[in-house]
Amino acid sequence: MRILRSSKLMAVAACTVIASAGLAVSQVATSSNKAVAARHAQMQVIGYHIGVLGAVAKGEMAYDSAMVDAAATNIATLATLQRPPMWTDGTEQGAADGSRAKAEIWSDPGGFADGFAVLEKAALAIVGAADSGAVGAGMGDLGGACKACHEKYRGPKN
Amino acid sequence: MVSRRIWSIAALIALLGAGAFWALTRPAPLNPEFAAAHDSDVENGALVFHAAGCASCHAAPDGADKLTLAGGEAFASDFGTFYAPNISPGAAGIGGWTLPQFARAVTRGVSPDGQHYYPAFPYGAYTHMTAADVSDLFAFMQTLPPSETASKPHDVGFPFNIRRGLGLWKRLFLNDGFVVAGDLPASVERGRYLVETLGHCGECHTPRNALGGLQRDAWLTGAPNPSGKGRIPNITPAALDWSKADLIYYFESGFTPDYDSVGGAMASVVDNLSKLPESDRAATAAYLKALP
Repeated sequence: MRILRSSKLMAVAACTVIASAGLAVSQVATSSNKAVAARHAQMQVIGYHIGVLGAVAKGEMAYDSAMVDAAATNIATLATLQRPPMWTDGTEQGAADGSRAKAEIWSDPGGFADGFAVLEKAALAIVGAADSGAVGAGMGDLGGACKACHEKYRGPKN
Repeated sequence: MVSRRIWSIAALIALLGAGAFWALTRPAPLNPEFAAAHDSDVENGALVFHAAGCASCHAAPDGADKLTLAGGEAFASDFGTFYAPNISPGAAGIGGWTLPQFARAVTRGVSPDGQHYYPAFPYGAYTHMTAADVSDLFAFMQTLPPSETASKPHDVGFPFNIRRGLGLWKRLFLNDGFVVAGDLPASVERGRYLVETLGHCGECHTPRNALGGLQRDAWLTGAPNPSGKGRIPNITPAALDWSKADLIYYFESGFTPDYDSVGGAMASVVDNLSKLPESDRAATAAYLKALP
């Protein structure tokens, strides 16, 4: 009975997160350039999973170890997507509509790759987090990874 | 004879004009209360340093070391490109400055040799700094590593390269009063000091007029990005519907309510905010929520 109640609660909470993430997705700029749109999709899916972890960390969603591990693993997997098909030449901000990619992505590919590696590591560190407090602690490095890369490689809002 | 008379009148007018210009553009002396003795609190100085965002502009660009204030970061504007100077405590920076010289620079925008600084340096905000905070900040900055890197001259064309003219700019646009004036609840009052003074948020988030003065009647309502790409957002409640808790979480983690993340120049602002006490992040949020 308790298990049933907690999984029901989980479902309600998950729905709330999905609904609000859906709202966010609809607001994100898309592009007529398919590579740019694919990158936005990658970022949206990463953001969605960070939202799941954030909801757990803030206590808006009940802690569930399987759900936390799955969300963190998905972020790590998304951080390892091969870049050449997505970050194509001539798709920086100003060159392709909706793009906020800075030219540094192409002039400093090593640094850009390192940014994703830091994200992967921060996400994997959350796998096995034993409670919502541990998820919250891991969110610090995860946020740091997002911030560091977006500081160097993402331009201002169009 | 007549023409000689006209010339003498013209010369007299020119002389009076030059005299008036000279008088109107005279660099401000130091407010005497800043020179008063004070037992410096280096720990508070560190908080002032982070809240005022000194490293965000004065650390060497692209360096991981945010505490060596070698300068060199470029700031494009409609008037030319400004380069942040070296403000490390070495000979190439502020080594050898006295506290009154430092206080005059930070709160009046005047160098130790009596020249106006360009308002890329946000002394228009820092002018409201308390004497204790200025003194503590100075003490903290003495603890940072010195750098021998020479400051790069600004790349500014005529007539903006005549620094004396900045005296007129200061007369027009420096303001002794807070934008959100009057008595405020204690938490909002602290937020006002953090946002309007130390954080100098208005320098980017408030639009400017043709002369580069802040449009105080459009306070924090967003502005074009000086890089030429995109806009700096409106952060008044009319445009930003984040809750107070959302704002506090953003200042701490860099995550928006949608779990997008902070980026660009704001990333280092969040780095700074995350080093402040939770109560200061809450006060900053309280002030923003209290804006008209």
